Amino acid sequence: MNAALLEKWKKERERKAYLALDDGTVFHGVAFGAEKDALGEVVFNTGMSGYQEILTDPSYAAQFVTLTTAEVGNYGINPEDVESRGLFLSGLVIGDLTEPSNWRSEKSLDDYLKENGVPGIYGVDTRALTLHIREHGNRKAYLRVIDPEIPESSAIARACEWEGLDGQDYAAKVTCEKSYEFRLRTSDFGLRKRKSEVLSLKSLPHVVCYDFGVKTNILRSLASWAKVTVVPAKTTAEDVLAMKPDGVFLSNGPADPAAVTYAIENIKKLLETGKTPLMGICLGHQLLSLACGAKMGRLKFGHHGCNHPVKNLATGRAEITSQNHNFAVVPESIPSCLEVTHINLNDGSIEGVRHKTLPAFSVQYHPESCPGPHASTYLFDEFRKLIFASKNTKDTKAGSGHL
Amino acid sequence: MKRTDLRKILIIGSGPIVIGQGCEFDYSGVQAVKALRREGYEIVLANSNPATVMTDPEMAEATYIEPLTVDSVAAIIRKERPDALLPTLGGQTALNVATGLAKSGVLAECGVEMIGANADAIARAEDRNLFKAAMSELGLDMPKSGSAHSPEEAQRIAADIGSWPLIIRPGFTLGGTGGGIAHDADEFDEIVSRGLEASLNHEVLIEESLVGWKEFEMEVMRDKAGNAVIVCSIENLDPMGVHTGDSITVAPIQTLTDREYQSMRDDSIRVLEKIGIETGGSNVQWAVNPETGRRVIIEMNPRVSRSSALASKATGFPIAKIAALLAIGYTLDELKNDITQATPACFEPALDYVVVKVPRFTFEKFPGADRRLGTQMKSVGEAMAIGRTFKQAYLKAIRSLEAPLSGHDAEKFDPWFRRELGEIEEFRKFLSHNPHNPDLLRQAKVFGFSDKDIAATSGTDEDAVRKTRLSLGIRPEYGEVDTCAGEFAAKAPYYYSYYSTSDFGLRPSGLATADALRLKSPKSEVAGPKSSPRKIMVLGGGPNRIGQGIEFDWCCCHAAFALRKMGIEVVMVNSNPETVSTDYDTSDKLYFEPLTFEDVMEVYERERCDGAIVQFGGQTPLNLAERLAAAGVNVLGTSPHDIALAEDRDFFRALVNEVGVKQPPSGIAHSVDDALKIAGEIGYPVLVRPSFVLGGRGMAIVYHEDRLREYVEEAVKISEGAPILIDKFLTHAIELDVDCVADGKTCVVGAILEHIEAAGCHSGDAAAVTPPVSLTAETIAEVEHIARTFAARLNVCGLMNIQLAVKDGEVWMIEVNPRASRTVPFVSKAVGWSLAGAAARCMAGEKLADVVGGSIRPSSYFCAKEAVFPFVKFPGADITLTPEMKSTGEVMAFGADAATAYYKSQIAAGSPLPLPGQGGIVLCIRNEDKAEVVELAKTLDKLGYEIWATRGTSTALWKAGIESNALYKIPLGSPNTLDLIRRGKVKWIVNTREDGESAAHDSVKIRTAATLAGVPVTTTLAGFAEAVRGMAATASSTGMPPRSLQEWHAARD
Repeated sequence: MNAALLEKWKKERERKAYLALDDGTVFHGVAFGAEKDALGEVVFNTGMSGYQEILTDPSYAAQFVTLTTAEVGNYGINPEDVESRGLFLSGLVIGDLTEPSNWRSEKSLDDYLKENGVPGIYGVDTRALTLHIREHGNRKAYLRVIDPEIPESSAIARACEWEGLDGQDYAAKVTCEKSYEFRLRTSDFGLRKRKSEVLSLKSLPHVVCYDFGVKTNILRSLASWAKVTVVPAKTTAEDVLAMKPDGVFLSNGPADPAAVTYAIENIKKLLETGKTPLMGICLGHQLLSLACGAKMGRLKFGHHGCNHPVKNLATGRAEITSQNHNFAVVPESIPSCLEVTHINLNDGSIEGVRHKTLPAFSVQYHPESCPGPHASTYLFDEFRKLIFASKNTKDTKAGSGHL
Repeated sequence: MKRTDLRKILIIGSGPIVIGQGCEFDYSGVQAVKALRREGYEIVLANSNPATVMTDPEMAEATYIEPLTVDSVAAIIRKERPDALLPTLGGQTALNVATGLAKSGVLAECGVEMIGANADAIARAEDRNLFKAAMSELGLDMPKSGSAHSPEEAQRIAADIGSWPLIIRPGFTLGGTGGGIAHDADEFDEIVSRGLEASLNHEVLIEESLVGWKEFEMEVMRDKAGNAVIVCSIENLDPMGVHTGDSITVAPIQTLTDREYQSMRDDSIRVLEKIGIETGGSNVQWAVNPETGRRVIIEMNPRVSRSSALASKATGFPIAKIAALLAIGYTLDELKNDITQATPACFEPALDYVVVKVPRFTFEKFPGADRRLGTQMKSVGEAMAIGRTFKQAYLKAIRSLEAPLSGHDAEKFDPWFRRELGEIEEFRKFLSHNPHNPDLLRQAKVFGFSDKDIAATSGTDEDAVRKTRLSLGIRPEYGEVDTCAGEFAAKAPYYYSYYSTSDFGLRPSGLATADALRLKSPKSEVAGPKSSPRKIMVLGGGPNRIGQGIEFDWCCCHAAFALRKMGIEVVMVNSNPETVSTDYDTSDKLYFEPLTFEDVMEVYERERCDGAIVQFGGQTPLNLAERLAAAGVNVLGTSPHDIALAEDRDFFRALVNEVGVKQPPSGIAHSVDDALKIAGEIGYPVLVRPSFVLGGRGMAIVYHEDRLREYVEEAVKISEGAPILIDKFLTHAIELDVDCVADGKTCVVGAILEHIEAAGCHSGDAAAVTPPVSLTAETIAEVEHIARTFAARLNVCGLMNIQLAVKDGEVWMIEVNPRASRTVPFVSKAVGWSLAGAAARCMAGEKLADVVGGSIRPSSYFCAKEAVFPFVKFPGADITLTPEMKSTGEVMAFGADAATAYYKSQIAAGSPLPLPGQGGIVLCIRNEDKAEVVELAKTLDKLGYEIWATRGTSTALWKAGIESNALYKIPLGSPNTLDLIRRGKVKWIVNTREDGESAAHDSVKIRTAATLAGVPVTTTLAGFAEAVRGMAATASSTGMPPRSLQEWHAARD
């Protein structure tokens, strides 16, 4: 008999690790990844592929991501599909963990989590956990891996005591330390052709990207036609304007938009210039909306997945989108300066807004995908057109595209 | 928005069940018809297959059970004048007919618009060259290929492609002979020269081999606004080289990263746009090199398909229904997701489970056929299973098959699947080393092992494992197929069982929030409590196989329809994804589960059913009946005890004697000596078969001792020691099938079917007509009396089928089956009321008189049924009809007289008999038939047919003054029948079998060549006679407009 398998099966029978929710529900399973306990908020993601992108998405900071898809680890980990410089989530919760098989795979999911200090638990009935979250909302939780003999009640207590994500500024924790220029690498395949087209232009527009936890594919998407400077979340509007940007991008990021007050103030200032094109995604969208006077609400269990239909109200087309957020703009709070451009077809929530007079727009979902469908990449083109339109008034026609 | 300029829509079905085109198209057709009628459209439906729910008279305004040929459908169009034709729901058959209709000009002439896919788009998808051009315009990679007419040209192409192996296919050969796979230059030259020689146009196609590449499928839906969604992604375990219908497949894709998946997704949508699929569903197939990731497009099907049926069942997204609604103008965002009833259909289903489909083969039916899997599909059915892990789904799928999984080479699977399967086997070993360890029991269940599997590893029996398992409280959880991985509450879901490792739960502790105290256990997902006064379980038939197919599923559906109309809640259990019974709105609750004792019991107890119907799904649920009853299941209708009694030879013989019917002398043999002794006593020929089989498996007519000895030795193996039944075989008798409904006290005969072929051919393979044509009123009365008597004596409540033979005016009993039979849908269509529905109502307690009250009316027309065979898929197998059932499907035809109905059934079965002047007829007739043949040949001569005949037959004809061309026997020279087939001179072969042993070598050759060339072969004199009468009748009645099923039925009044 295969000794490794016997050992694995024994661990699976013992099921010592557990995830304790603040409402007293405890899910047992098998520990993998880093050997450490963790605190976080439990969310679920219904995407069927893309765990590597999810792990490296800074928006999941301080969260336990439950993947509803049945088998995880199947295609391993490769060097290309990373979405940031590290892993910021609290832990990974899955049903079944498998060994990899894919021509690009270089290591297993288990090893990757170990290397990056992130704990995981498998063998959990993720469907039961998902339904629980659906009914009772995202919960604070404690993942116990190290010493399972400690009573469960103490883990539940730890979960209850934890401050949670509401009112917390996690953007400041995941943002880059100092500004840098993002350059495409050859491994960023699929974008090179576009780049060469654009490179034939005399000069590339300069986009400054606020990093609230930016995903690399946003930077790739922008860098296919722009010179991209990434700046830390707390960079002042003045410093940004001093870089003479042709456009400013507001990135995705974790946790509570209301807590990122400095960003809201900076965005207000950028808007006041009246001529700086702005585009926001996810947290960036929420911050732009807040800066314009909208209010934020918390969704019961958020949108996390790759299959959410969003309707573009200008074209009538439906896009299948990638989503990852717990907060959303409260529809009744939309100020008169904003126009709703996109809505979620599942629950009618607001998925995109545009400023009626200023060159600014944003979407709640993830047009950069990674993971997820590519149906919404046109939004980056819209940003490009907006920038070119502001840069060159002769080019206003191109700027009036559908948002 | 919905189009209002259309009022009447024609939908074409897929005709008889054949390999590669199964009952999935009934499922898609039913969905589409229901959806369009709900939208207020008038539906005209054409399909030749009576065992379909779509052809039920209440489904459409006008239903034409007519041959699916261009001429026949054109006649329907001219009569019905539909506004539109929806061609994408009836498989390749419907697509071909639609293309033919477009080409013939009838669509333009009658102003019929093709919706869903137009003729140009179909051509771009179907024509190899057009498709290739379109794909290269998109910049998509395709397998490199070229065609050569000389060895030199071939070598140049090989050099261009630049890698081994290469596939060589000769153009225009019979049965694809002469091709092969070349792994090096020497092999290449050899195969090319052989191929060029074999090719009639001296051409070979050379193609880069993708054998061993990973194979993927994407099910795409697109609407007229350009919105597109991927409903399901499918990965084949068997790599390229094995037909996807024969592959084990899994959903969703398991071994691609999101980046690879999304790029395949983008390209799949672009393919639909490029081909011009304005609305509807398509299947796009891809191959991926496992070493480099290079991805090439294989093909796309611009219509719903077997894969889309699987995708619908795997995800809960009703592709056919949505495709139909998109075709009439809706967009995806305007349509609702049926399962959640809250979110729109414009989304991509998220699966939180794994789906595995496994194919079911019936090679044992076709001795001599090549069993290796290849590009030609050979499976006849499939089972689908759902689990929370791949292992669970796989093991459930395997046990749903009821047969060993054969033909797959696991060494060629992707390492991910190899490892998963390897772990299953390792754990099985581990279990056998640690028997009776209760700690391992839960883990074994989580792996997906059945109680029976576990018992086998520990040398105990299933009941013992079950007892232990129940005592430990190890029971399955039930998950929902809800399209959204639990994100939204599902309103109309269906269920699958799984075992979870999780022992999660609420830990009430002082520290928990107050909220916690109000929490329910997360396990309470599937409610078992009774939600209606009565709840009845209907057990389906599992994977289709020869002898147990769509006919039984039709019965199960009708049971569900009838019971639901009575206000009874119906719980359906089945594992066959192709069926209407596994459509989520056929029953109130659907459990996608294996039909095993263990799985059925868990559902029955969880749902707290009041009873179960086991007699409609064929042998599979019937085999469970006694165990279920013993475990406390209330088996409705005829009791398992009485069903078993009908199979008990001694009891049955006594009953037959008591009733006073004749029965062929018979005996039971347990050994070769027994058999020889019995056969000696009752006299040859004898009919021999193993006991307890459906579909005549292993049945044969044996004419002398040597063959009997051989047979018994082999049969003992097949039947695992069950005894061999030996009956006197009645030569030249007329065989009857009688289908009845009874309520435990009274019995009504639905119809009597008279077989065209003489007794000895399996009733499922026989052509038949109803009402009978050659029985006297006295005989019919006697048959009805026998039916009523046996129904009463066996306490039949539900369906009963009786097989009788009539010889020289005397009725002989062959067998009684107190259960659904293959002919129930056909009979129901013929008589205009559902025998299965009526039976279900009786089983639920209604009185027969109340159920069928005014339904029984004499018939003023005739219906014929003809079987359809898969021989073309199994070159080398003998196509002679025997008591072993070999047909995969059947067609029905109506006519004012029996001959016309029969003639039309031949057209519908795809064996159109030639009109005078279209081609010659070869007669090769055994001696004892020659006298009768002369009369028939006279008619053919008069109608103007050119007759060819083998020497003996020719002489007999000449003596009667009929001119014919003489043929040599094959080895003796030319012209012979094989030459004629090859030269296309002959369009019909009548070759009645030699009495005695299996057909002579010549016959097999002739039949094989004819099958491959598409030339119909008639092997019985009776069939020949009926066809000739039909030809004469048709010659005098051409141009009559077709009549709908509803019109025929109205004519009964």
